[in-house]
Amino acid sequence: MRPDGKVGIRNHLLVIAPIDCSYEPAKQVASRVEGAVAVTQYHGCRDDEMLVNALVGTGRNPNVAGVLLFGLGCEVLTNDILMEGLEDTGKPIESVVIQEDGGTIRSMEKGVRVLQRMAQEVGEQKREPFPVSELTLAVECGGSDATSGLAANPAVGVAADRLIEEGGTVIFSEPQEMIGTQHILARRAVTESVARDIYEMIERQERRLSAMGVDSRYMSKGNVDGGLTTIEEKSLGAIRKGGTKPIQGVLWNTWDRFDVPDEPGLYLQDGTGWDVPSVTHMVAAGAQVVCFTSGRGSTTGHAVAPVIKVTGNPKTYANLGDNMDINAGTILDGSESLNSVGRRIYDEIVAVANGRKTKAEALGFRDYVVFGRERAAERLLGHC
Amino acid sequence: MDATYSLNMVKKAIQLDSRDNVATVTDDVAKGEAVDVISPDGEVILGPRPVEAIVFGHKLSLTKLSRGDQIIKYGEVIGLASTGIEAGEWVHTHNVESGRLPTSRMEAGQ
Repeated sequence: MRPDGKVGIRNHLLVIAPIDCSYEPAKQVASRVEGAVAVTQYHGCRDDEMLVNALVGTGRNPNVAGVLLFGLGCEVLTNDILMEGLEDTGKPIESVVIQEDGGTIRSMEKGVRVLQRMAQEVGEQKREPFPVSELTLAVECGGSDATSGLAANPAVGVAADRLIEEGGTVIFSEPQEMIGTQHILARRAVTESVARDIYEMIERQERRLSAMGVDSRYMSKGNVDGGLTTIEEKSLGAIRKGGTKPIQGVLWNTWDRFDVPDEPGLYLQDGTGWDVPSVTHMVAAGAQVVCFTSGRGSTTGHAVAPVIKVTGNPKTYANLGDNMDINAGTILDGSESLNSVGRRIYDEIVAVANGRKTKAEALGFRDYVVFGRERAAERLLGHC
Repeated sequence: MDATYSLNMVKKAIQLDSRDNVATVTDDVAKGEAVDVISPDGEVILGPRPVEAIVFGHKLSLTKLSRGDQIIKYGEVIGLASTGIEAGEWVHTHNVESGRLPTSRMEAGQ
């Protein structure tokens, strides 16, 4: 348990380079100390609140035991800005600035020493039993194929429903994939105001696509040939990974606010459909564990959260079995029921929370990408 | 051919929610071929004979439907029957209309 009362399932030390200018030395610092990982953002030298929120959110994630801020010195997004967002967590947070701490090599040395001490102290923390209601699960899909909507996504949805029944929290994102199912999602909203938020979030995404000249209600010939009859059906196949429970709220991700779940249950995040940044932003909202479905297969892990990968395609499980954790393809040949695979995924989530490493974790894959929106474009669309 | 082997050879269709009136075939099926419809709990609930060939990933009607009836998959309405549909019939853009985008437009690839 962290000083702020949140429960972590990993003990990562996070090195944040607030700007890519200091990322190379930050990576070398992290590589010197066990359990440390370095992250940055690639959106240039600006103190854009969306970038700050994502980096601060990652540091606040309960899987992070301590943070080293590793800045260059002249950047607009300073260590101090990040420190301000992190200090009330009570976690150990240290700051090193290359231009103020004696240059590249001295600042790297200082960083390694600071992290080494943090690693020693973190090592004293004991693993304690907690109820699964402390868990927040992020669900994501990427590299989808015809099996995704038939096996992997519904099976993850069964596990998501079960976690919520046990008092836990689930976040799903990718508003682009919700287009056509606004009315279905809104019907599941716990209040009228949440229903309005759902419509607003998805309509914003439709406006962004429309501004790019994309008809978001369009289904490709491949979709239709593959058996998808309507846009509702296509989107339901994607959103089913979030399960069927009532929706507690939209987690807005704008310049003014970065929402995190304030009570248990199911949430939609105003995020992106791009896999790694989508996971990054759900983790920044507090998810300690991720389920990632993929028909074609994916290698993805995450910097501070274990990623459990599920495929509904038996060929993909055979082909990428060294990086897919769960084979949901058994649903298709009738050898296992949907609900049975869902239970297996739930058990895997609990095992991973208890320390079992996912395949991507064991391979050391620490994906991390912050996504940002273009403020000028959002203003022109009337979103801010 | 022993019994287990022959059981495994029966083509499957998956019902994703117990309220669904369509199931998705997980193999290409021929007209009149036996198909086991598997419920979310793994039970074989129906064995309608497809009245026409249906390819992998496409839907089979589990009941007789009239024009305007809701097509339910994932426990949700994915569209309305645009004509009468027999049990065992292929359910797709030729007999379903979306509430959001006319399927006739999609067929034309527009």
